[in-house]
Amino acid sequence: MTNTSVETPTPHSAPEKRLKFQSFRIGPLVIKIVLLSTFNAIMAFLMFTLASQGSWGLVVGAAALTIAVDVIYLNKRMLPAKYITPGLVFLLIFQVFIIIYTFYIAFTNFSTGHILDKDDAIQSLLSQNQERVPDSASYPLTVVDGPNGLGFLVTDPAGDALVGDAETPLAPVEATFEDDKAVATDGYTTLKFADVLQVQDQVFNLVVPVSDDAADGSIRTLDGSSGYQYVSNLVYDESTDTLTNGTTGEVYTDEGNGAFESPDGAQLLPGWTINIGFDNFERAFTDSSIRGPLVSVMIWTFVFASLSMLFTFALGLFMALMFNHPRMRGLKIYRIIMVLPYAFPAFLGAMVWSGMYSTSFGFINNVLLGGADIPWLTDPTLAKVAVLIVNLWLGFPYMFLVTLGALQSIPEEIQEAARTDGASPWQVFRQIKLPLLLVSVAPVLIATFAFNFNNFNVIYLVTGGGPRIADADIPVGHTDILISLVYKVAFTGQQRDYGLASAFSIIIFVVVATVSIISFRRTKTLEDIH
Amino acid sequence: MSTTTQVSKTATKSRRPFHLGRWFRDTGWRHIVAVVLSLFALFPLAYIVSTSLKPFGTLTGSNQLFQEASFASYTRLLSSSQYPFKGWFINSLVVGLTTAVLAVFLGALAAYAFSRMRFKGRRTGLLTIVLVQMFPQLLAVVAIFLLLTKIGDIFPAIGLNTHAGLIMVYLGGALGVNTYLMYGFFNTVPKEIDEAAKIDGAGHARVFFSIILRLVAPILAVVGLLSFIASMNDYVIASVILVDTDQQTLAVGLFRMVSNPNYADWSQFAAGAVMAAIPVVILFLFLQRYIVSGLTAGAVK
Repeated sequence: MTNTSVETPTPHSAPEKRLKFQSFRIGPLVIKIVLLSTFNAIMAFLMFTLASQGSWGLVVGAAALTIAVDVIYLNKRMLPAKYITPGLVFLLIFQVFIIIYTFYIAFTNFSTGHILDKDDAIQSLLSQNQERVPDSASYPLTVVDGPNGLGFLVTDPAGDALVGDAETPLAPVEATFEDDKAVATDGYTTLKFADVLQVQDQVFNLVVPVSDDAADGSIRTLDGSSGYQYVSNLVYDESTDTLTNGTTGEVYTDEGNGAFESPDGAQLLPGWTINIGFDNFERAFTDSSIRGPLVSVMIWTFVFASLSMLFTFALGLFMALMFNHPRMRGLKIYRIIMVLPYAFPAFLGAMVWSGMYSTSFGFINNVLLGGADIPWLTDPTLAKVAVLIVNLWLGFPYMFLVTLGALQSIPEEIQEAARTDGASPWQVFRQIKLPLLLVSVAPVLIATFAFNFNNFNVIYLVTGGGPRIADADIPVGHTDILISLVYKVAFTGQQRDYGLASAFSIIIFVVVATVSIISFRRTKTLEDIH
Repeated sequence: MSTTTQVSKTATKSRRPFHLGRWFRDTGWRHIVAVVLSLFALFPLAYIVSTSLKPFGTLTGSNQLFQEASFASYTRLLSSSQYPFKGWFINSLVVGLTTAVLAVFLGALAAYAFSRMRFKGRRTGLLTIVLVQMFPQLLAVVAIFLLLTKIGDIFPAIGLNTHAGLIMVYLGGALGVNTYLMYGFFNTVPKEIDEAAKIDGAGHARVFFSIILRLVAPILAVVGLLSFIASMNDYVIASVILVDTDQQTLAVGLFRMVSNPNYADWSQFAAGAVMAAIPVVILFLFLQRYIVSGLTAGAVK
């Protein structure tokens, strides 16, 4: 209704006014054209790049997005879409797409050693395990400095010059020869013997591939003046899809586990990423060294989120009741003091508490407790108490502000009426104030629970999730909550297991969604009652 | 806590001429409890300010509060070659402010459409935007990392280890609870105002930019501050995306300084913490009134 009248200027408006606004619209039009063409140019480049990589699914997605945006903005109608699209694009990519992507990763073996695709993994294996070709001839070689750093200028047995470096394979060039040895070529500076000595470590470690195919091997040098050809001791046979070790004769086959395996099960790494179905979920639920910690982490996450909510609400409510008194003075000052922990950035608060908890040097043990020796962060139970105290400190000001606001909005008449009817202060609180308060505060309590459920900072920045659970197969500690567990499995420790971490993410999502739906229904019934 | 009882005793003494018993039962005990709670609220802050004023700081050295007052730790941190604190500070401000401005802008655009226009799927759209956030971005941190790695292969300027990439990820949450907050506030602005402007010939864009945006300024400030604080506080996504020390934000950088508290240069960290906190605290106290009303509407820190 409104949007149609917006696009077509009303016939009643005076002509000079219309003129004024039409001239005003030239600026926006220019901006619109510039933005749209930039967007289209970027997307076109993106699509070409994706197409050259063969990611056709993403090309289709990018094309659909481009067409949608163009249609929306080059169209006189679809006004609401013009306003929603900018935010929606980010929402679709960084909120919706990453959820889908998380599901995808959860069903793969994506982890350290399984990051490449199969072709890259084979190339990588062939270039890793190289040995000097037995009894092979030496190539006269000159060390040169080129656009990609150090390289080799090699003279092949036929007398032709070839140049290459760590990134670009050998390629024929015109060169200046001295005693049948190529010594200089255009675009490269020749290193003198003294210069070679200066950078000898780099020279001895330099590996120049012979061609784009890793099976052809590479040239290395041991002295800076003659090179030898090195080839992989592994040979890849495309027809049987096997790798054979030329030295030991061992045959490695692809058994569908994302890596080449010998008959006795030894894997050659790097492997590649494959779809492994429900394996990650199966590991999470059946492998006892993962299931045990996962279950205890899950329980602790709920305990942590509920207790954090309860304690902050209890303290906040207590304070609000205490301050909400007609003759209480100094409320403004107290309020500013109480709000300070909330205004102080939470990540800094967490780090400060972590220092104060230090067993032998910390402020809490040494000053507040007069030189006690309490292992706040290293004892499993105390560490849990410690993070709850930190979260109480971080959270009670907020609860105080919210409950004070809610309390003050309860009409005084109702309470007075109850008092006239002879209700005791406790009865007034229990049967009038609290129920009314809970109705208005319930959404805040649920939001607080949900927030603490994923309150990474308070856990990770205070205890680091520790103390560590000794018999677990994954890096996990006694105070870890689910989100810090995901982070640690994916990004800390020697084995980064992205697949397993994503599976954990999905388990958490399912749990949270179930709990939210149940609690949502509960609050609905709560509202129905009142 | 010995200090507490002392404070309360002096407080009672000064009130002696009045009816002590009645005063105590009425408001006196409330003050005592309030002072105790104030101390609980303040002592970590006092501790960090005091520590930052020590010239050299191990943890043990930090335990005597306010014995020294030297700015040595501040100058040491600002001239440190190991920790590019100034860089972290600027990074945090750039990322936080850009995110806040863009998030407010994107959110306001959407809220305008939802509040002022009637179209098919309006209610569903609004509900979907809020429900999508049930899967928090944090949970998808692995996917975010891998996605940005891939983006970086094609567009290095917005891929892994760039602020632009991090800001884009934060903007994924620009529509969401914030839009809902703004939508509610937009609805309180009478429709007659924009209808009057339209009769005068103003287009939809003009109504939005020169009329609506000015009338909803308070909620824009609240949403802007909340998203600024949220991006300042983020450790998970920032630590995964920003690899180089020079690129990192305060949360990631400062945590590196104290990752081993017993051996860290504690006063240097404290100086950094104080400097990092000051802008946020000041901003917060200024906008306190708006924030509290915004918060009671359902947002959480």
